[in-house]
Formats: sequence, structure tokens, C-alpha cells
Amino acid sequence: MSDPSAPQGLPDEPAEPPAARHRVIGTPPPAQARTLLGDGASGETGAGDGSPPMRRELPADPSNPVKAKRAERVVALCFILSMLASIGFIAAYVGLEVHSVDAVLRSNLALGVSMSVAFLGLAVGATVWVRRIMPTVELTEERHPMRSSPEDRAAFAETFQEGAEASQFVKRPLLRRTLIAATVPLAVAPLVLLRDMGPLPGTTLRHTVWRKGLRLLTYGANTPITSAEFSSAGGMITVIPDGYQDDPEALAQATAIIIKFQPGVLQPPTVLNWTVDNIVCYSKICTHVGCPAALYEQTTHHILCPCHQSTFDAPRGATVLFGPAPRPLPQLPLTTDSQGYLVAASDFHEPVGPSFWERG
Amino acid sequence: MSIDRALREIGGELDDRFHAARGFRVLFRKIFPDHWSFLLGEIALYSFIILLLTGTFLTLFFQPSMTEVVYHGSYTHLDGVKMSQAYASTLNISFDVRGGLLMRQIHHWAADLFMAAIFAHMLRIFFTGAYRKPRETNWLIGIVLLTLGMLEGLFGYSLPDDLLSGTGLRITEGVLLSVPVVGTYLTFFLFGGPFPGNDIIPRLYVIHVLLIPALMLALITAHLFFMFHQKHTQMPGKGRTNTNVVGAPTYPYFMAKTGAFFFFTFAALALAGTFAQINPIWLYGPYTPVGISAGSQPDFYMGFLEGTLRMFPSWTWDLAGHTVPWNVLIPALVPLGLLFTGAALWPMLERWITGDKSEHHLNDRPRNAPTRTAIGLAAITFYGVFWLEGANDVIADHLDISLYVTTEIARYAIFIAPVVAYIVTKRICLGLQRKDLHLLEHGVETGIIRQLPSGEFVEQTRPLTEEEVAALDVRRPPALPAGASAREQEVPPPGLRGGLGRARLRLNKVVTETVPVEEHGDGYGHGNGHGNGHPAAERAAVASSRGEGVPDDADGSAGHGGAPAGS
Amino acid sequence: MSWITARRRRPVAGYAVVLLGLILVGAVYATITGSGNSAAATAPTTSAAQIARGQQIFDQTCATCHGLQAQGTPAAPSLIGVGSAAVDFQVSTGRMPAKALGAEQDEAPPKLTPQQTRDVAQYIGSLAGGPAIPTPAEVSTSGANVALGQELFTADCAQCHNFDGAGGALTYGKYAPALTNATPTQIYEAMLTGPEAMPVFNNTTITPNEKRDIIAYVTDTRTTPNPGGFSLGRVGPVTEGLVGFLGLLFFMVLAAMWITAKHRKTTDE
Repeated sequence: MSDPSAPQGLPDEPAEPPAARHRVIGTPPPAQARTLLGDGASGETGAGDGSPPMRRELPADPSNPVKAKRAERVVALCFILSMLASIGFIAAYVGLEVHSVDAVLRSNLALGVSMSVAFLGLAVGATVWVRRIMPTVELTEERHPMRSSPEDRAAFAETFQEGAEASQFVKRPLLRRTLIAATVPLAVAPLVLLRDMGPLPGTTLRHTVWRKGLRLLTYGANTPITSAEFSSAGGMITVIPDGYQDDPEALAQATAIIIKFQPGVLQPPTVLNWTVDNIVCYSKICTHVGCPAALYEQTTHHILCPCHQSTFDAPRGATVLFGPAPRPLPQLPLTTDSQGYLVAASDFHEPVGPSFWERG
Repeated sequence: MSIDRALREIGGELDDRFHAARGFRVLFRKIFPDHWSFLLGEIALYSFIILLLTGTFLTLFFQPSMTEVVYHGSYTHLDGVKMSQAYASTLNISFDVRGGLLMRQIHHWAADLFMAAIFAHMLRIFFTGAYRKPRETNWLIGIVLLTLGMLEGLFGYSLPDDLLSGTGLRITEGVLLSVPVVGTYLTFFLFGGPFPGNDIIPRLYVIHVLLIPALMLALITAHLFFMFHQKHTQMPGKGRTNTNVVGAPTYPYFMAKTGAFFFFTFAALALAGTFAQINPIWLYGPYTPVGISAGSQPDFYMGFLEGTLRMFPSWTWDLAGHTVPWNVLIPALVPLGLLFTGAALWPMLERWITGDKSEHHLNDRPRNAPTRTAIGLAAITFYGVFWLEGANDVIADHLDISLYVTTEIARYAIFIAPVVAYIVTKRICLGLQRKDLHLLEHGVETGIIRQLPSGEFVEQTRPLTEEEVAALDVRRPPALPAGASAREQEVPPPGLRGGLGRARLRLNKVVTETVPVEEHGDGYGHGNGHGNGHPAAERAAVASSRGEGVPDDADGSAGHGGAPAGS
Repeated sequence: MSWITARRRRPVAGYAVVLLGLILVGAVYATITGSGNSAAATAPTTSAAQIARGQQIFDQTCATCHGLQAQGTPAAPSLIGVGSAAVDFQVSTGRMPAKALGAEQDEAPPKLTPQQTRDVAQYIGSLAGGPAIPTPAEVSTSGANVALGQELFTADCAQCHNFDGAGGALTYGKYAPALTNATPTQIYEAMLTGPEAMPVFNNTTITPNEKRDIIAYVTDTRTTPNPGGFSLGRVGPVTEGLVGFLGLLFFMVLAAMWITAKHRKTTDE
């Protein structure tokens, strides 16, 4: 079948391989190759070559018409199924409402299944079409080396050179240098335009909104709490400053947790003066990268941050026991007000949250 | 027929304006080689297209605003809850727009599949050496696309402003804060003030919907254009050389196959969007800086960075009123930087070590480039340890391993495992090469046992067919060109002088370590040696069982390779 | 030769056998695992007889570890003052009597009947008081504010139990269990008494109304259907990533293999 004058020395086809049929996925069929062009003498690619070849390159019909006919029916079935599914999709969209979880479930199922079947039908049909109906073919195309011919390269170099000379760019340093000088601030200007994207940080990160006398509210219910109420040893609850329930920026720095201990458990470096009745208050903002460090294990007295597992020792000033956090959780000084509610005695004595350059 | 004439008319009009005939013919006749692993990049491409389509749908309904609203939509469990408009509009898409949940889920699954496909595709390129000249540019474009994809996904899943992704943004803020000197400024500029602010979601929206997709579209176009222009690589096989492409033409074959594959991709994603719930933001709840969920992880392609953050010990410097938090800086920058820089520089490095500056259009089988494969596996292991560490609390919970133990294991494994992976892989590759050599020399076992006159049992083998031989491809990475002298007195060539040159020589020896194959006439390997290993009578019996003549003792290589058994 | 035997050497036969095996294993596994849970105790009526019965049960089942006066031993903590709620929680969730000492007791099918559970709970409660088993009215979720429950759960519970109550890892082999099977009474009791590593949320910190709101949120969410398909455990992106790789990418690779497969050689081709 192969043209004896074909270039690239493609050998005559060998006999079919013997022994058991083996199906090799992914490797191509053995060469029933024909070259792409009739005039292979020059070894050129199909591009840009004289007259188109006269003889046919692709067989018109598959080799086994019976199998092809069977496959054609399969493909037609797939396409019809796909068509019906697409119509079903439209019908499901029109017919099925949403607006409740159950309704969304039904609608999602109906729309999704019809869409999947529609696409699968097309996909399977197209695949069977290519594999079983289109005649099997294997062609060879020559590559040309990426490297251009020396003549082309020389010609380009010459054109480039001529242009450079004609532009006077190389010969006139004043032009060159002033051009470069002009582009530098122009390139910087767009960056400068970004300045107003945000305020300067200043000392914002050093403080929170906590101040003397500000009540602690339990988050969610937003009610203040007394030490008599928070009385069970082993208790822990999230607290926020009074008046800032709807201020996410304040909460992102000021959120804290209070933990109640048995007498005698709290010890330095916890500042005992800042505790009330064995209740200690720590910042909830992890000193690693700022996740709420809120897992409290009553038995081990460990505060665990769920993000990266930094572990803090609550009875001992939230010292870091494990994990990537570099510093203990800051402790908020607590006291009580005239009605017995827990209030802050002052702001934290150090910046809360992750490290930053100016923190010091 | 009228259709035929109509087509000719149209074609003529187009050609009159665009000089299209020749170019389109070249395009239509372009040969695309066939191998399933060549379709991995197409998975990424079609996922990207699906992302564009579903994403456009979502933009029609999503409101990228952090203004607080009170929810009164169809998801009654959150009725009366205060949330951002972004979150509320996502709930709206999920529960009050027909097809909205499906589109959201397909979009998110497509993003996951896009990234997974990029990884798979990138690994395929690496292990087959398809990044070599002339394709280094495409390799670099691919790495940029990978990075952009990661960012795009991160910003995308942060848009709904739910608890999980908001936590991710919080971590991003913490990491940004850690940058020396300018960290606080960068953070305040990005978020428009202290976290969370009101600006981050709208800004991420623009980046996610316009800037990065435009960049990616341009890069993908360039990526595909280069691939077209340079033609696709092909797997070694019969009739395939470094200077041809064997396969089926674009029109109609490749068009049909790639079209089918597009529909497969869409179907797979539609199935996932129907049957596998993803990112159920209504369960997470709206973001609040006060709350967090156990088992908070980013999407899988960011998991690597999550693992680095979890694994690193708490090193930090406080000097002269300034803090340098190495515990955040190093995990955020170094491992990823190492991997991506290493990947980007690898083609150049390999070229330098092997001295191989020729064009490569035939893929390597991974086993035939043992050092490259081993380094690739070591890199995968390196990535994998971080990746697993990123999910360590979920793993600890579900596999009943103590939490701290997972981190401790990871801290050691990150150094030990890649080394082990390198050694094991390299040895496996060399072993596979020996197996190939064995096949070439001795043929394939047929399972047919013959008894020799001496009473010994021997298995009959058949020689490999030409396609099988070609597929095994005896090509090996070339050692450095002649001139790498062993004699002390000779002056080494310019590239091998000095400390760097000697290092290059040593690296070359490692990289080109391979099982040597010497072709000996028609046969392979130790043609002479083989004759000594077996008594003559046995060889005669074996040879006659294959229907060949008794081999000539002197040569010993006859009866191997050349004559196919079936003829 | 039967149809199936004739095709036993086809490549797809191997895959079919593996698939069948997997399905079988999965089905067997599904039938033998899976736990039930006992109903919560009904309204307790304390009587001397009940306390006596409870003491008997305690002496037989619990005293070995907790001491005859419930004073505790090195093996187990003191139960004096923990209250009937704590006992009811531990026993009705099957955690107690403990099978073995370990980092944490796992939820299990309860070993005592509901009546026995109530009895021993009342006995412990009679020793020194402590939080009592809640009445049905106290754990009823009708009229509860689910939205507030969601806020409270997010701030104080989700960090251990996960946004959906799917549970999470703690340190040293401990874990916060999944809330899938917890009854309203058990949830109430757990918050009230802080079992094992869980903190104590007494009734003056999280009021009974707020507790009901949280219970309503938990029971509501876990029964909410998953409109998007299978929930994948509601664990989050980890399982999603697994599915993406193993499911999606694998499917696509199979499709790619089919599309590019070499044609099977048949005699008439």
C-alpha cells in the first residue's frame, strides 16, 4: 500500500503481529501510513508547497460498512437522547420552581441530570462517530526545523540593523537618554495612582476599642455578664465590647474570650491583677495570622486555634505550647463595674493579632 | 448540489478578503498525534471555557458589595440574619434563581478541575520532557497560568463572603501584614483600611471577573498558538521520528475528538454539579471575624500554602522595635518560591547539565530519563507533604491520629520523604530500563513452555514486533559531548572548566546515568555475552522453537531481534 | 460457553470484577456499621426507690472506676456535684460505662436501658446536686430563634464541632464528636455540663432560651437536605478536592483514553 518512492524510508508494512489480540490503550495503530504529499522528494511540509497533491489522502468511507452502519445507529441514538435531554432541561427550568431547599434540590437534580445527559449524549455520540464511522487513517507530516535558514536570519538581521540606523536611535545618545528618562516617571505614575486605595495604617493596629469601663457582652445574645453568672469552672464564652456589636472592624481586633478556672489554677505569667474571681480574659485573635483562636479544652486548659493548631496555655498567660504562633494571646485587664458586670479595666497592653513590622 | 455551491461561494468571499485558502488548508491538514495524556491540557482548556460561561451567568446575579443587609429570602434558616449583600446575593443565586445552584456548583467544580488538570498536564509535560527546546516558553507560560489560576480561584471562592472563605481572607491579611517594612501599608491599601473593611469584595470581584481572566485568556491563546506553530510532540513509536508528526489530520478527526472531549468535560462537570454538593455557603453562614469552623481549609490548590503555615515552628525576630515574623514569611514565600522557581529554571538547568541544545519533538518515556523523573517525584513528594499537612486536622480526626503527631511527622517528612522518593524512583526507573533491555534482547514471554532434550524446561519467547521495539525507544539522554576528558593533562573544553564546570560534569554524570544499550547488528545488548550463557544445544532448541535456523556461534546475536516470528 | 464466560478475557472483565468486589465490600460494611442511639430520658420523677435502684446500678457498673462513694479514683474523676444531667448525657450516648481508658470516650450504642440511665443519673444527682436533666419543655425547639442559634453556634461551638456539627480534631487524640445523632436533651446536657474536654456553658452564661436556639439550629441544619447533591460529609474543601481529583479527573482520563484508544483488531477490519 505504501508508495515505494515515498520519502523518509517508511518500510513496507510488516505482517500483522501474531498471538493474542492485545489492546493497547493510548499507543497509536501500526503504520498504515501514507505520506501527506505525493511529491515527497523535497521533504517539505504541506505548507507553502507548489500545487496541491492530485491523489486522495483521506479514504472516503470506512473499511467495514456493516460495522459503520451499526455504529451510525448508536450515534444517532446518542444524539436523539441528547436532544431529548436538552428539551427536558428547558422543560425542567420552566416547570420546576425553586424558593425552598426541597424545591431547589428537585430543580437542581432535574436540570443537572438533563444537562449531563445532553452533554454525555453528544460526547459519546461524537466519540463513536470518530472511532467507528470515520475511516481509520494515519498520516505523516514533516516538521521543519524551528531554526530559520541562514539566509532568512541574515535578512532579518540586516533589516533590523538598517532600521536601527535609520531611526538614528543608536547614533544620537541625547534622544535615547531623554526617551528613557521620559518613560521612567510615566511607568511609576500608575503605581502612584493607587495611593488612595486605603488610609495609612498609622497606629491603628496597636490599639483596640477596649477602654476602661467598657462592658463585656456575650456575642450573639449581646448581654453583659457578671462573675456570679459566669460561675462554672471550665466555662468559656466569646465576648465583645459593648456598643460594637455591628462594627466588624472593631470586632476583628477586639473579640475576646473569658475562661473561668478553679481557684489556684491561674498562675503567672497570667497577670492575676487583671483577673476577676478566677475569670481571665484573652484576646481571641490568634497571634499567628489572625484566626479566632477559640477551641478551649476544659481538661487540659489549652486554647487551640483551629487554623494552624497554635496552642496556648490558658492558666499561664496563654503561653505558646505548640504551633507557629510567636507570642502568647494578649490578656485583657478585667474588673467589675458598680453593678457587678465584667468590664475592661483598660485596653490590651500590647497590640493584638498577627505580627507586623512596626509592632516591635 | 446547492450546498456545495453555497459553500464554495462563502469560501470564495472569505478568501477574497482574507487570503485564507492556503492558511486554512494548512490548518485543516495539520496532524495531531494521538495519546490520551495529550488531552490533559484540553481538560484545562475546556474547564476554562466552562468557567467563562458559567461565570458570566453568575455575574448577572451576584452583587459584589459588603453593605450589610438583613436576609429575608428563601433559605429560612438564615431569616433575619445580618449579612453582606455579597453573601445574600449568593444565597439568592442558590435558592431563588432557577439553575443558579447548578451554575454555581459547575463553576466551582470547573475551577477545581481546571487546577487539577493543570497539575496533571504540567506533570505530563515534565515527565515526558516536552518542555525542552523549542517549548521552554510554553512551559513558562504554563507556570504563570498555574499561578494565575491559583489566585483566580482564591479570589473567586472568597467573593460570597462566607465564614470559610472570609477566614481565608483573614489569613491572607495576616500573611500580608508580616511583610517587612511595607506589610501594614499593603494590607491597608488592599482592604481599604483595617480588616475587613468594605472594599475587599468589590476589588476582588474586578480582579476575578476582568483582570485575571483577561490575562489568562491572552496567555492561553499564546500557549495554544505556540503549540500549533511548533506542532505537538509525539510519543516514540514506529515511523515516528524527531522530524515528523504522525497522526490524524485536524479536519475532521481532531476537531471531532476535541469536540467530543469538550462535551465530556461539560458532562463530567454537570454530573458533579448535580450530584456532589460543593461550597454550601448557606451552611457556613455569613462571615464574622468572631467565629470560625473546625476543619477550615482552602480549596485544594491552596492547601499547599496552608500546610506550610501549619508546619512551621514559631520563629520570629524582634529587633529594634520591629518584628520580622519568620514563622509566617518563610512558609508563605519559600516552599512555593522554591518549587515554582525550580520549575521555571529546570529547562535551562537541564540544558546546561546535559549540554543538549537540539530540538526535541519526541517525548521521552519517564523511565528513560531517570534523574528527571526522580527529581519530579521528589518535587511531588515535597508538595504532597505540605498538601497533606494542610488537611492535618481533618486527617487527624478521620484517621484517629493525634493532632500534634501529624505535624511532627510532617516536619521530618518534608526533608526525608523527597530524598527517599528520589532514590526509590531513580532505582525503579533504572530497573524498568533493564526490563526493557531484557525484552529487547530476549523477546516477550509467551507462556509456552518447551522441554529440552536434556530435560530442562525453557520458556519460549517471541521477539518484539517493530512497533513494540519502536515504542521502547532506546534513546537516552546524551552524555556531554566529546571532550569531557578523564585525563588530567588535557585541558577541558570551555564549558567544563573551573568549579562550575566541574560541578557541571558531575551533575551530567548523575543526570545521564542510565542502563547502557549498545546496538549490535540486528540485535541488542550483550550479543556476545549471551552466547556464553547458554549451552549450544539449548540455544539451538530455543532457536528452532521459533522456527529459525541454528544460530552461528561466533556471532551469538543472530536469532534475536531482526526476524519477526510471524513471517 | 455462556455469554459471560466467553467474555472473561476482555479487558473490561477485570474492571467489572473489581467494581463488583468494591460494591460488595461497601454493602457489607454499610450493614455492619452504623449506630443507633437511645431516646432521651423522659421527665424524671425522683423517688427513693429510683435512687436505690440507681445506687445498685452504680455499685455494679461504675464504682470500679469512680469509687464506691463516687469520689473518683486515679482512673476516673469524681462524680460528686456533676449532676444528673452529666450522667444522663454520658450514659445515654453510650460513652459510659467506659469500654477502655483512652484519650476520649467514643459515642456508642448505650449499654444501659433508658430506665437504668435515669435511675443512676438520679442517684448521682442526689449525692450533691448539680445540673439536672432538662425537662422536655426545656429542650423543645418550637418558637426558637434559629438565626440567633446560628450566631451563637458560630461563635462558641463551630470551632470545635465544625460549621455543620460534623466534628473536629482536638489535641492528643481527643476530638469534638459529630453532632449527627445527638438528641436535643443530649445537646442541652452537653452544653450544661461540659463533658470531657468541652467547656461548660451554664444557664447563666448561655441562657436556657439561647440553648434552645442553638439546639434548634443544630437539629435544623443536620436535617436540611443537600440541594446540591451528596454532601460529601459536609467536611469542606478537603473532601471536595478529593472528589475533584479522584472522581472528576479520573473520569476525564478514562474519557481521554477511550477517545484516543487504538482500534481493536478484528478479522474483518
